[in-house]
Amino acid sequence: MTTTTTTPAGPPSPAGLRGDPVDLSGRSRPGEAVIRGVLFAAALVSVLTTVGIVIALLRPAVEFFRDVPVWEFLGGTRWAPNDSGNPDFGVWPLVSATLVITVVALVVAIPLGLGAAMYLSEYASPEMRRRLKPIVELLAGVPSVVYGFFALTFVTPNLLQKVLHIDVGFTNALAAGLVLGVMIIPTIASLSEDALFAVPLSLRQGSFAMGANRMQTTLRVVLPAAMSGVAAAVILGLSRAVGETMIVALAAGSRPHLSLDPREGMQAMTGYIASTAGGENPVGSTSYNTLFAVGLLLFVITLIINVISIALVRRYRQEY
Amino acid sequence: MAAYAETAAKTVLATAGRDRDRSVKSLVFLGLLWFSLFFGVLVLVALIVSTALEGAPRFDSDLITRYSSTLSPERTGFRAGILGSLMVILATAAMAVPIGIAAALHLEEFANKERWYNKFIEVNLQNLAAVPSVVYGLLAVAFVTLMGIHQRGLVISGAVALSLLILPVIIITTREAVRAVPREIRDGSMALGATRWQTTWKQTLPSAVPGIATGTILGLSRAIGEAAPLLIIGTATAIRFDPNGLMSQFTALPLEIYSTTSQSREDFRVAAAAAIIVLLVMILALNGLAIFIRNKFQRSW
Repeated sequence: MTTTTTTPAGPPSPAGLRGDPVDLSGRSRPGEAVIRGVLFAAALVSVLTTVGIVIALLRPAVEFFRDVPVWEFLGGTRWAPNDSGNPDFGVWPLVSATLVITVVALVVAIPLGLGAAMYLSEYASPEMRRRLKPIVELLAGVPSVVYGFFALTFVTPNLLQKVLHIDVGFTNALAAGLVLGVMIIPTIASLSEDALFAVPLSLRQGSFAMGANRMQTTLRVVLPAAMSGVAAAVILGLSRAVGETMIVALAAGSRPHLSLDPREGMQAMTGYIASTAGGENPVGSTSYNTLFAVGLLLFVITLIINVISIALVRRYRQEY
Repeated sequence: MAAYAETAAKTVLATAGRDRDRSVKSLVFLGLLWFSLFFGVLVLVALIVSTALEGAPRFDSDLITRYSSTLSPERTGFRAGILGSLMVILATAAMAVPIGIAAALHLEEFANKERWYNKFIEVNLQNLAAVPSVVYGLLAVAFVTLMGIHQRGLVISGAVALSLLILPVIIITTREAVRAVPREIRDGSMALGATRWQTTWKQTLPSAVPGIATGTILGLSRAIGEAAPLLIIGTATAIRFDPNGLMSQFTALPLEIYSTTSQSREDFRVAAAAAIIVLLVMILALNGLAIFIRNKFQRSW
């Protein structure tokens, strides 16, 4: 045996039983291999889910791209799949609407989420941190259809039209984006708080020793040091915003048109999927397959965003 | 222990710079931080109060005992949606909880983390947790079609979509609960001659049950509010009967809220507001149960 029999003192290894210095499981029971196989199969379900998503989206999408060239889909600027006389499948109006709504959401969520994270990590005592964190998380527990109702019946008529006197329609990208931003605050707050908290104490101690106050320490020392983690949090929030459906379906509108003005109503990618899936398009028709083409585009966009976020998180974990 | 020293040092630090927080700039900054911390609460209060005021005329028994009605919108009810939501959540739990716990046990107790396929499962799980919920709806459509079910909007389709949606949540929280069980318990069990699976099944898993239950209920409370995947699988909104089994057509409360909100008549909007309060109460009850279980049964080592 090459390893020593005692492990060095320290926190228990998160790896669980693996890596025991002495393998105690000498006894073998028949059937245990079967159980392990079942557990492994359960873990594989997550991989199968991903494979399933790709196949489920690709097959109808490939059929769709047989009727509509890819370049027409990705380059076109008119989206009218149900216009029987002159159908057009340019996805840009849907993409631009998603973009506008997401930008509005991030403008709300980044400062507020980061502010909450900085308070929890840098200002609150451990006791306060434990008590205040669930308050921030509360927002994540509200169903998105409820947020959609709120955007439609409160934010647009009361806040935007009556209080702020902004000339907006019944449905508009601004209200949807604002409420969506509130919804993703917990995502950004909680992940960037983890990143800020992981910054070594010695950096703060050094900063305080140089006579800096807490604001200077937070903004000039801790925040830059946690940048990759904060970026990962923002990017994950972005992914949530792009994929969110019910707020957008209810409050942003159902008319696809190419515009960057958040005061107008517009149909986002998820909004299109939601409104078309419930409709009466026959399965297998080109207009039904648009669902999967848009779904595939949405999946690819969020996949790229997620992979960037996961890679960034890994980087800050390595740094400290 | 190192973690304790760290929190202690952090407490000292949190007060260390406070003396110098006297400049106007840093006080304004602190105020902004407070604002962003409590902004969420403000929005939540506005949301609940405005919705409750709007729905107040409809807090009656018709709301939960009657089916939806287009003819008499002032007496429309959400019976089918409430029962449908409960049924689809039960089916979701029956599917997602065993698979989720088994997967978490594999990853936490048995998997060799150096192996590429286990690493792949980890990354894959992180990605799945951030896949848009509509995509799960599209997946469920393809899956049940593959199983030979062509009718749209069945309980089973909804349960498949929601199970796959919350599986990452259940796996992640179960792993945390299992990881929190101290190593000594496992070592003791193995020292007495138990095998790895006996240790997991008789010692680790029972100790982790409160944490797993809390995480699972929170996952289910997320699923009960989901409307998007159910919309995609073709769940009907105008259902006027109770769901009776996996192969039955159904509707769900969030979906009925969506379709009722989309109607232009004022009575429907009032009914939707009242139904939102019902949905929030259901979610609050689930969260309350999770907190109760955590406080009552959670052990700290």
